Amino acid sequence: MSLESEELSDLKSKIGRDPTSTELQIVAAEWSEHCSYKSSKRHLKMLPMKGPLVINEKGYDSGVLDVGGGYVVTAHIESHNHPSAVEPYGGAATGVGGVVRDILSAGTRPIAIFDGLRFGNIEKDKQARWLFKNAVLGVADYGNCLGIPTIGGEVEFDECYENYALVDVACVGLGKKENLIKNHAKKGDIVVLMGGSTGRDGIGGSQFASDSLESEDRSAVQIPDPFIEKLIIEVILEARNQKLIHAMKDLGGGGLSCAISETADALDIGIEMDVDKVHTRENDMHPDEIMISESQERMLIVTNKTKLKKLQNICDKFRIGCSVIGSVKFDNNVHIKKGKKTFANLSADIVANATLLDLPSKKPAYLETIAQEKKLKSITDYSKIMMKLLASPNIASKIWVYGQYDHEVGIRTVIKPGADASVLRLDNGKFLSVKIDGNPKQCYINPREGAIGCFEEACRNVVCTGAKPIGMLDHLQFGSPKDPEIFWTFLESLKGLTDFANEFKIPCIGGKVSLYNETPSGPIKPTPLIGVLGLIDKKPLISQKITNGDCLVIVGDTKDEMGGSEFFEYIHKFIGGNCPTVDFKESKKNMKSVLDSIKQQILKSAHDCSKGGLAVAVSELCMTNQIGCKVSLNKVPGEKLTDDRILFSESHSRYLLTIDEKNIEKLENILKKNKVKFQIIGKFGGKKIHFANGIKSIVALDVNKAQKTWLTSLKNLVLHS
Amino acid sequence: MKVGVVVFPGSNCDRDMYHVLSDVFNLDTQYFWHDKGLPKNIDAVILPGGFSYGDRLRAGVIAAHSPIIKDVQKMAEKGVPVLGVCNGFQILVESGLLPGVLLKNDSLNFMCEWTNLIVENNKTPFTNKLKLHQKIPIPIANGEGKYYADDETLKKLKKKNQIVFRYSDVVNGSANRIAGVCNEDGNVVGMMPHPERAVESEINPVDNKPSSLIFESLLTQMGVKN
Repeated sequence: MSLESEELSDLKSKIGRDPTSTELQIVAAEWSEHCSYKSSKRHLKMLPMKGPLVINEKGYDSGVLDVGGGYVVTAHIESHNHPSAVEPYGGAATGVGGVVRDILSAGTRPIAIFDGLRFGNIEKDKQARWLFKNAVLGVADYGNCLGIPTIGGEVEFDECYENYALVDVACVGLGKKENLIKNHAKKGDIVVLMGGSTGRDGIGGSQFASDSLESEDRSAVQIPDPFIEKLIIEVILEARNQKLIHAMKDLGGGGLSCAISETADALDIGIEMDVDKVHTRENDMHPDEIMISESQERMLIVTNKTKLKKLQNICDKFRIGCSVIGSVKFDNNVHIKKGKKTFANLSADIVANATLLDLPSKKPAYLETIAQEKKLKSITDYSKIMMKLLASPNIASKIWVYGQYDHEVGIRTVIKPGADASVLRLDNGKFLSVKIDGNPKQCYINPREGAIGCFEEACRNVVCTGAKPIGMLDHLQFGSPKDPEIFWTFLESLKGLTDFANEFKIPCIGGKVSLYNETPSGPIKPTPLIGVLGLIDKKPLISQKITNGDCLVIVGDTKDEMGGSEFFEYIHKFIGGNCPTVDFKESKKNMKSVLDSIKQQILKSAHDCSKGGLAVAVSELCMTNQIGCKVSLNKVPGEKLTDDRILFSESHSRYLLTIDEKNIEKLENILKKNKVKFQIIGKFGGKKIHFANGIKSIVALDVNKAQKTWLTSLKNLVLHS
Repeated sequence: MKVGVVVFPGSNCDRDMYHVLSDVFNLDTQYFWHDKGLPKNIDAVILPGGFSYGDRLRAGVIAAHSPIIKDVQKMAEKGVPVLGVCNGFQILVESGLLPGVLLKNDSLNFMCEWTNLIVENNKTPFTNKLKLHQKIPIPIANGEGKYYADDETLKKLKKKNQIVFRYSDVVNGSANRIAGVCNEDGNVVGMMPHPERAVESEINPVDNKPSSLIFESLLTQMGVKN
């Protein structure tokens, strides 16, 4: 865990001398992949980051969107993969803490948390179950204590995460535009470290996260304290209201080293600090340890002497530590002292900007053959297969997870977890719809189309609530970038996301890259995770109860796209086939037609068709409404396909709309006007989930039985196996 | 007419409660920080939910020793309506203002879900507008919400009409499905579910009227016209 030899000579030539040991530690932390994005940065620029609603300010750790009426929404996404794989409870909890502080740094109150969790095969692997259970507990304990609702997310299991965990956490904040912290610093300003004490936990965490997970270095995992974080939130927001903060940054990866050097670099100032002034947990900490400790719940604040007293009063009220550790200088240097002795003195520009790499890439050999399908075993009883899918960990209801998260606190949650996207009410009368989506199975088969699919799926979900997508967060998780084949998949995913973002004019407002996600049996599948924020001006579509005689309408073509489907992977244990692709034109038309229909207030509900295909999407509608449905597969629009493909293909751009029969004509008019492919494919009623092709019955399930299996199988798997 | 919302370090439903009292029911509402006293002109006191002191040791036990609790006790003795919700209930129990204790849920997990309450006592300042045995759809969100008291106390609670709310189903293993209790005088009420999360139709997927009656009961008690 230190600089590589080329980096060391690079540093030496930049500073013209040998670095001190403290300088080496600081630079190693800041030049780690985790902090510097050295492998990815030059490519990330391709994503569109500007838009009419995007507010750009220097030094922000989160994206900012103007949502009107004087209000802004902030959003960010982070992961805590390496720590969570070693210590899932603390890793997941501190993952929540870090992203919450990013939202706080802009001067906005965090109002919702989202989590994307990925583990190995929990049906077979005890370790995966343990990781899953404890990561959920970590998110729950931290978020619940903060009083920030965790209102959405996703959980997925795949053998590529064996002995590993991906824990992604996104956070959304809300504030008044006038209260945004406009990061700035004047000469003579002072630098304050407030929050929890600095200890020996998380030493070298960012380098740890930038290596393959070979040793289980527990000392590199940070220790969570949500109570302190809750107090910090209130201190910061009170200080913000009193306008006491000139600039602010949270301490995350790289600890003080990164916070000091990035603040100095972003504001074009120098910072001189004294490690003796840092309030520490132990007395005998070395300056190096203080500089790279990743102890949690700490914020760096730039203020001035007259405001300091007021800031200290607020900290005293909440009994939060607050130390003046340094001052603002105009030499652009990061100057670290202990008393009078200098331990490091480097240009902030050098520390904060690692030399960017231009890594080679090469199309992986496996992609040449992966689209070819093998001959599959023939299936006689599709009802049995359906029950198996509904009980499978990836498709079963995640109520065991979100039932442990306080998703009501804050009294904003209009659409609760478990639906397509969650919806929050804002203070300007509008509503925010948010969804995060990933699909490593499809991304492995086709990195470009898979990534686009995740993006479109997240869009579909917010569209189903009546929201127009206004911003995107991307979290790109891959194996080692030094492997040209892995790096190629990274670039392909990024290019796909860029094309979709440009076409749909959805700016990327924030993101994160997590590389070196390697397990004992190799790299993880490419796992981009996409978060989409949508805005609803007037009224969200809140699902109404489906009743006898209501119609089921499908929008969008079903294609022969079984690659990465749950049907292929879970039922047939086959990895390969045609990856679903998004036709941008169709996608746009379908999205617009659904939004138009929602605006007319004629729908009872809109549901996205994705994992498990049409069969699972229809079942979900039936189970949540406890009503049967008779679906005619022969009416499903698209090319002529076999029954199993119509049932289980995971083609994108498809929506299931439910509607009272009396409104069907109005809906048909809207859909025809938008020139989309659609059909009325079923009618609700009775107690059976029924799929037929003409007179041939294909699937017949009892709704109550299906619902019970779907709701309880994940819990049973975690608690009783 | 003034309502005080007591805030402890780690309270996190204080702002929600304030919003409901002040914006939904137009009550003059004021926050009071835990380390100070309460002024004499307060007409009702509410202890909101959250994680006071991070639930360290046991939920509510540290906050029960806050300076402000002495004033809450004095007010309770004078007959001023006092309501503790979730962590507020835990604090009232730990400070001896209400009988019983709250244990970890049977599931051993934090539970956030919508439940149904049954009104068992409609004579308290927070239930006087509700019908006896009326159903209230309301969410819970707690890890330590299982009400426990010894048999003798449970008998006494029943006899003195101190059981205010029960869950209609078995939710978390609470003794006699108890979800809320009051003191012998009936002016101090504690409940685990969150009425402040259920009074606005926008966020209540079932029916917001029954929960609203909890606050309207307080308005009636205080003589405020609604």
